[in-house]
Amino acid sequence: MKITEQEVRYVAALANLELSEPETARMAHELDEILTYMDKLNELDTGGVEPMAQVLFPAGETATLREDEPGATLSNQAALANAPLSGAGQFKVPKIIER
Amino acid sequence: MESMADVAAPLATANQIAKYEAVIGLEVHVQLGTKTKIFCACPNQFGDAPNTNVCPVCLGMPGALPVLNRQAVEYAIQAALALNCEVRRKSVFARKNYFYPDLPKGYQISQYDQPLAEHGWVEVEVEGQPPKRIGITRIHMEDDAGKNIHEGFKDSDRYSYVDLNRTGSPLVEIVSEPEMRSSDEAFAYLSELKLALQFAGVSSCDMEKGHLRCDANVSVRPRGQAEFGTKVEIKNLNSFRFLKQAIDFEISRQVGVAESGGKIVQETRLYDPVLGETLGMRSKEEAHDYRYFPEPDLVPLLISDEWLARVKSAMPEMPALRRKRFAADYGLRPYDAAVLTGSRALADFYDEAAKTSGDPRLTANWTIGDLQGLLKGAGKEIEDSPVSAARLGELVAMVANGELTGKLAKDVLAKMFETGESAVSIVEREGLKAISDTGVLEKIAAQVVEANPKQAEQYRSGKTSVIQFFVGQVMKATRGQANPAAATEALKKLLG
Repeated sequence: MKITEQEVRYVAALANLELSEPETARMAHELDEILTYMDKLNELDTGGVEPMAQVLFPAGETATLREDEPGATLSNQAALANAPLSGAGQFKVPKIIER
Repeated sequence: MESMADVAAPLATANQIAKYEAVIGLEVHVQLGTKTKIFCACPNQFGDAPNTNVCPVCLGMPGALPVLNRQAVEYAIQAALALNCEVRRKSVFARKNYFYPDLPKGYQISQYDQPLAEHGWVEVEVEGQPPKRIGITRIHMEDDAGKNIHEGFKDSDRYSYVDLNRTGSPLVEIVSEPEMRSSDEAFAYLSELKLALQFAGVSSCDMEKGHLRCDANVSVRPRGQAEFGTKVEIKNLNSFRFLKQAIDFEISRQVGVAESGGKIVQETRLYDPVLGETLGMRSKEEAHDYRYFPEPDLVPLLISDEWLARVKSAMPEMPALRRKRFAADYGLRPYDAAVLTGSRALADFYDEAAKTSGDPRLTANWTIGDLQGLLKGAGKEIEDSPVSAARLGELVAMVANGELTGKLAKDVLAKMFETGESAVSIVEREGLKAISDTGVLEKIAAQVVEANPKQAEQYRSGKTSVIQFFVGQVMKATRGQANPAAATEALKKLLG
């Protein structure tokens, strides 16, 4: 196994997910399969290839920058439209205890 | 919440503290002064009605995509150059994952292993010590979170309120090397950093508005020990005073723990300005696993040679260099040079006035003394001075070459301040020009001596300080217009 159930529980906690015992076991199994597939990819020699997270064009400067000009905003009403709870123009969430 | 580490260990005495050396590093967040947010076109503004400067991007709506603000990049480059950093031609944005209500995306877009800039420094000076360079490890760009409001609503006991206007404001985080050894050095570092960023024009650095926020990493080690002690992060240092107080308290707390045989726990503490203490925060260690990964929605940031060169060539002179130039070229005392570089506007003003007057030291006195006094009285900043730099320079020049006495110049400056007129036109209209004509002064001096035979006798019998009395009389007779040096000379000739 490339991943333990303990690691699954840790990652789930970081992602605010609550997994039951059977779910934890299933996740461990599925993640294990994914990581095994990564091993397959690792068979390729990528020693001379720069790691790439996004598609890049050969350019001296990022071409997709935005000019600093204000644009349209949402109304307060629209901004809060999907909020489960709101009041005084703000989102309301269960009381946060400062960490 | 008090954590385990707080239990019972008394604060250290001064003697105990003297056996230890503090190691301090600062993490400073600076909000850049762009018109819009870093990844969307919402206004980057403080003080508007809650949740009005928001859009799908900064609200973290599904499918919304960030687009990087060119001006934010330019300001970040300027900040890097102002702090002597090397700007990386390629930097990469990364997601820092954590959950908090003020962070609607569930992650902050920051930079991780490839920040915008590295290897900078700031030179700081603490009174009585030689100048010292504090290294800057890195500067990276990131978006700001919103604001949680925990108090002030009638259901605040059950709910927290969230305003996302600030979400997505452009920030740079400036991380120093752990090279400060006292709260005074930390204070000096933050002051110099703030001044440099203000001169560069990238941020107003207003701490009260949260444009400048500071966290401190503090550890202590016995003097002579090479390895660092366990570090504690202190948050909530939102003023220069609190920074100093919190570091001093923390040093004393840590030495106290070490001296009583305890172990310093690596943790985050909050500074409580009311208690004047740092308090441990209740936190789970696992909360610090941010699972950084490259931001898939943003391509790497590439900065061309041309762009960097353009920004570089437009950089203003930094305060440290300006202080040195004021001292070397203008012969100013270090104190005056520091005062006159207190803001870029003041430094620019003084520079122009000094060039106009041709007498930089006299100009410094008039700028720091009389003009600042008038500005203060009127509640104005140098930017809004009714007397322009050139006009002040003209006035100082008239004093320097004896056309106007210092005493009358004060009145003239006050009139200039009131009306915005030039010194020349006020002096001409009111006939205030100094009397330097020897013939005229000798005649007046003769009258004054004749009218005061007793004092003349005192002078002649050796009490030369009486000359001041005669100068005063000449001044009175000329309504302050006599050139004091010329009047003194004329009097001496008559009495001598």
